[in-house]
Amino acid sequence: MKKLAIAAATVVAGALAAGPALAGKDLDTIKKRGSLVCGVNTGLAGFSIADSQGRWTGIDVDVCRAVAAAIFGDANKVQFKPTSAQQRFTALQSGEIDVLSRNTTWTLTRDAAQGMVFTGVTFYDGQGFMVAKKLGVKSAKELDGAEICVQSGTTTELNLTDFLKANNLSKAKAIVFEKIEEAVSAFFAGRCQAYTTDASGLASTRSKDAKNPDDYVILPELISKEPLGPAIRRGDEELFAIVKWALYAMVEAEEYGVSRANVDQMKTSPNPGIKRLLGVDEKNDMGKLLGLKADWAYQIIKQVGNYGDVYERNVGPKTPLKLERGLNALWSKGGLQYAPPVR
Amino acid sequence: MRSIIYQALFLAALVFVVWLLVTNTIENLRARGLKSGFDFLNSRSGIPISDTIIDWNPDDTFGRAYFVGILNTLRVGIIGIVLATILGTIIGIARLSSNWLVAKLASIYVETIRNVPLLLQLIFIYAFVGNVLPDQLNPIVIGAGFYLNKSGLIFPLLKLDTAHYIVGGVLLASLVAMLIYNRWAKRRQYATGVAPKRLLPSLGILIVPAVAAFLAMGAPAEFDVAAKTRFRFIGGGSIGPEFLTVLVGLVIYTASFIAEIVRSGILAVSYGQTEAAGALGLTRGQTLRLVLLPQALRVIIPPMTSQYLNLVKNSSLALIAGYPDVVAIENMTMNQTGRALEAILLIMAVYLTISLSISLAMNYYNKRIALKER
Repeated sequence: MKKLAIAAATVVAGALAAGPALAGKDLDTIKKRGSLVCGVNTGLAGFSIADSQGRWTGIDVDVCRAVAAAIFGDANKVQFKPTSAQQRFTALQSGEIDVLSRNTTWTLTRDAAQGMVFTGVTFYDGQGFMVAKKLGVKSAKELDGAEICVQSGTTTELNLTDFLKANNLSKAKAIVFEKIEEAVSAFFAGRCQAYTTDASGLASTRSKDAKNPDDYVILPELISKEPLGPAIRRGDEELFAIVKWALYAMVEAEEYGVSRANVDQMKTSPNPGIKRLLGVDEKNDMGKLLGLKADWAYQIIKQVGNYGDVYERNVGPKTPLKLERGLNALWSKGGLQYAPPVR
Repeated sequence: MRSIIYQALFLAALVFVVWLLVTNTIENLRARGLKSGFDFLNSRSGIPISDTIIDWNPDDTFGRAYFVGILNTLRVGIIGIVLATILGTIIGIARLSSNWLVAKLASIYVETIRNVPLLLQLIFIYAFVGNVLPDQLNPIVIGAGFYLNKSGLIFPLLKLDTAHYIVGGVLLASLVAMLIYNRWAKRRQYATGVAPKRLLPSLGILIVPAVAAFLAMGAPAEFDVAAKTRFRFIGGGSIGPEFLTVLVGLVIYTASFIAEIVRSGILAVSYGQTEAAGALGLTRGQTLRLVLLPQALRVIIPPMTSQYLNLVKNSSLALIAGYPDVVAIENMTMNQTGRALEAILLIMAVYLTISLSISLAMNYYNKRIALKER
């Protein structure tokens, strides 16, 4: 029903909005409203999940907070809208949300033909499989004949069919569910022998939903590249630049060793790179170029943290998800996280 | 004359508004960089569909996926309508039973089921099925190749060969013969007042030739039986728990409404009719069949039509249980292609077509059974 409503809203919004979109229109709307509306997952531990007080946590959520901190100087000026995998693009297209930060994989089709653009990669992920330990499965290639629970409306289902075909697992059967919660509960109820989604999602689900996490194993194969990142509607280059650089600022901060804990001391650092990033040097106001205040990056780091802070807090080895940095380590430490220079 | 002018003006305004909406939408879709059109129906889908009547392969197109979805919607709709009608009629009559216990149980059924949202019932049934049934490797063995487990009901499938098609043909011919016999019997009753026996001869005409043909061809019956593999039983046919959930949910829910319609229809026939039938010496069964139901049907059919429409439309809740009906499949399509408007138009076209067909059929039937005034 909600989907129909959104689609109807698309039609009406499309019919009412006269003329083509002007650059900066979305940013103007956000500033006028006084808050950022951010589409997040309905519940994926470590990425976006609300606690019993309704407070959202997770990497995707923190990305939204970082953007709000950059625009308003206040990381709390965000409204979170939980969206299902199916609703998310329509919600973005119709203007119901400003930023989609919902463990969404960046693909060519989505970038080119769905009226949206991705701004960067917050998390390098890959699709994996989880099975009950008692089945004794060691590799995803042994899954011929198994029933595999999968959520619909994602790249996951496409990767799954490609993988099954490429490896001749013709007797395996996908059981498709609309919501991730349905797929997960069906898997743990024993409807399927395997469950597939992004490896981070598997770790998250296992820590949160399994009665006994040790009864389940995540198989070693990753069958796809899943760069997850935030996306915005096409047609607003100003907003695009801000969302993109909010993320880069977090990565750059980690590179310089500027963290949430030490950002105030770092303000007095003589390092010109840090001075540029934190907006201390008035002659080198990076914020102005983005249409923001000089301390935009300082606010991000102070209120949200650098990329490493956010990672460790939400999904790192000390959290129930227990995910090593791996591909998400800085480029200088063998990972893929790399930010163009803030200068 | 004036009214014609007003109507013409109204029509012109309507056309203008529709034109404005359509052109503006197209314009804005383009401005937002959204592609539109139905060309995606011919492109490879790559999506998995768990429950299909016709063969499905992820290499097939979105157009075929749409067709698969329509068939799944029709499957649950048609079987659901038949079963809901049967169950609803039984319960409706049970509520009028002179047996206190039966009547009360039927009342409780109706009042409980129709006052709980269908969505909740579906979630409940699916969770119930998922948690109560044993796991795939330790099924309930019903025997003769029938198994029941979390993957649903698994049964042996007849391997079809030419003999079975011939038997099918014979069965079809017998069906025609049976109809002809019944028509003859009716005519004879009107002409002579003596009613020839109908039930036994009908069954005989229907079954005997088919069985004879089957035996004559050496009774070929080879079955594809499910076999245990590492993860589950594979082979034979199966009815998944998703389909069962949706079917059972829709039948139970709609039957509670149909029961009330049937009850009201029967109550609408005055008690004098029952007494008159009794005075003529008709048995209780005959009274119900020949006197009450034909009159009650006139009251029952119009609201029944809306229940049938509701059942088909409610089947769109199937996606909650993971049953791939047309809505679920078009949702997937929408998400993989980004063509939200087009996918929703396709869904609307399906429901509109099915609903109008049901309405047409029921209206035709309604006219046929309507009181013929002389």
